[in-house]
Amino acid sequence: MRILVAVKQVPDTATQVKVSADPRVIDTTGITWIISPYDEFAVEEALRIKEKRGQGEVVAVSLGPERVKEALRACLAMGCDRAIHLNDPAWSDADTLVTAKALAAVVRQEAPQLLLCGRQAIDDDMGAVAAQLAELLGWPCAYWVMEEAIDADTKTVRAARQVEGGLEVFDLPLPAVLTAQKGLNEPRYPTLRGIMGAKKKEIRDVKAADLGWAPEPPQLSVVTLEALPPRPPGRIIQGDVPTAVKELVRSLREEAKAI
Amino acid sequence: MKLDPTEEQQMIQAMAREFAETAIRPIAAEIDREGRFPHETVKRMGELGLMGIAIPEDWGGSGADTLAYVLALEEIAKACGSHAAIMSVNNSLYCDPVYRFGTDTQRERLLKPAATGHALGCFALTEPQAGSDARNQQTLAARDGDHYVLNGRKQFVTNGREASFALVFCATDRAKAHHGITAFVVEKGTPGFRVPRTEDKLGIRASDTAELMFEDCRVPAANRLGEEGMGLKIALATLDGGRIGIAAQAVGLAAGALERAVAYARERTSFGVAIGQHQMVQWMLADMATATDGARLLTLRAAGLKDQGRPYRTAAAMAKLFAAETAMRVTTDAVQIHGGYGFIKEYEVERYFRDAKITQIYEGTSQIQKLVIARAVLGGTE
Repeated sequence: MRILVAVKQVPDTATQVKVSADPRVIDTTGITWIISPYDEFAVEEALRIKEKRGQGEVVAVSLGPERVKEALRACLAMGCDRAIHLNDPAWSDADTLVTAKALAAVVRQEAPQLLLCGRQAIDDDMGAVAAQLAELLGWPCAYWVMEEAIDADTKTVRAARQVEGGLEVFDLPLPAVLTAQKGLNEPRYPTLRGIMGAKKKEIRDVKAADLGWAPEPPQLSVVTLEALPPRPPGRIIQGDVPTAVKELVRSLREEAKAI
Repeated sequence: MKLDPTEEQQMIQAMAREFAETAIRPIAAEIDREGRFPHETVKRMGELGLMGIAIPEDWGGSGADTLAYVLALEEIAKACGSHAAIMSVNNSLYCDPVYRFGTDTQRERLLKPAATGHALGCFALTEPQAGSDARNQQTLAARDGDHYVLNGRKQFVTNGREASFALVFCATDRAKAHHGITAFVVEKGTPGFRVPRTEDKLGIRASDTAELMFEDCRVPAANRLGEEGMGLKIALATLDGGRIGIAAQAVGLAAGALERAVAYARERTSFGVAIGQHQMVQWMLADMATATDGARLLTLRAAGLKDQGRPYRTAAAMAKLFAAETAMRVTTDAVQIHGGYGFIKEYEVERYFRDAKITQIYEGTSQIQKLVIARAVLGGTE
């Protein structure tokens, strides 16, 4: 069974993101890049499926500039068998649909039985690519998956997705698209052997032309990025308790309009 | 001169950092307080390949290098000095000599289980009367057919209680003095070998520091590492490498204490401002950061020389000396910046301060490092 995992490289969660001189993009100076955490759950799940079945192939795929190779190498270190890097300036301003179309072209070439993604990337939080991929491929799709089980003859997958207060369980015919929610698994650390072995594994560079790609402008374009306004400082209400409580209630009602 | 680690080294460092932060740091205070050996996390470190980092894959190791080892060890030490001591001894003082001086048969039997992290190794050189004066070995090994019979007592052995394999140095020929010292691997469970006690220590309290007792303990000649009389040479060569590990541990302790001190200096206010705004505190932090970085660079240089197969005895001694002294000074200043809160166990710097002290003592005291360095400076050879 071949499983494709689509991953996105994003700024580390600890990064203080700053808007750059060009207000449509962030300043990438000094940023540490990581695999988006939900995508890491997807990688882990793919590896577990392969290990449970004792055979199969896990292929990591990502679209982005040269630095994305680090993220793909990290996938290989975790145990993915090979990786595909959609690496072409033609995709430098790709929106979710352009990304999904490029990935769909790779999925058609690779013909996996399962496509795993994170439920959303933690940078722009769009959560759209997996659904768009499913639509483009004509595959069924389940988001926010907490549990999955593939049947013995690889015909269907039972996926339990998180809904308010419980799980919603679906049987999806394969091939299908699943997106991982936190709680699906606990991603492994790459072992030293995995890290040392990663450079011996293939990362195939794919250019737009390799997919017969006709340049397509994005339908979404960023107008401007704005930093969040700084949080106003807290206020300590002085005075004896009865007066302070009155003042607190008044502030909550009249200023904060919270009650 | 290139100072950037390779992509693999960076990935190993990142993995060690994440593992240390999420799995080790949360238990560090508790295992220190209870003096409890962290079996669970040490087992996981073995699975991750951290217990035989620079040993080739054929012999159960991870096939990385000394640079990767010191980068990973610093990250572990940043979270917990005890874990770093356990890791350092297994890598540097057991796996390294058994790989370098062992035969293939010995590597298969005595190295693989330790390099894969399934078993621990320890290094037993020190005796009650033989610390810095390592030549004064009183433990005797007498040849008897295809065995040696060991009698004597070893002291202050890190991993001594938990180890399955002990690398033990004994006098086989008293007449030849230090040319009559021989190294053996003694396996746990060998009749006549026992661990009568472990020490109650100031720092690295979660690592076990044990006394080993040998009473008519019959060790097969097949467990002799190297030739008869090669023991002291093996011990000293091993300690050269070990010192790089202790230097990395010391850098980690300094870096960990510095991180806590910086965080505290940002949070704590006095006279209406964060204490990091006071020049007196700024000067301390600047000195701490500079010394820590200097110690790190010396350590990386020594590791790099070892990886290139170039002489590194003096570089390792300088790294160990400077890093240990730095760790003691930086952890002391980290306590100072915390004021009264630094003196109580609720804040981690108190533990870093206690853990740092041993780095000035084990695997050659700071004074012994100066002796090694002075000999080189005065025109000795490596």
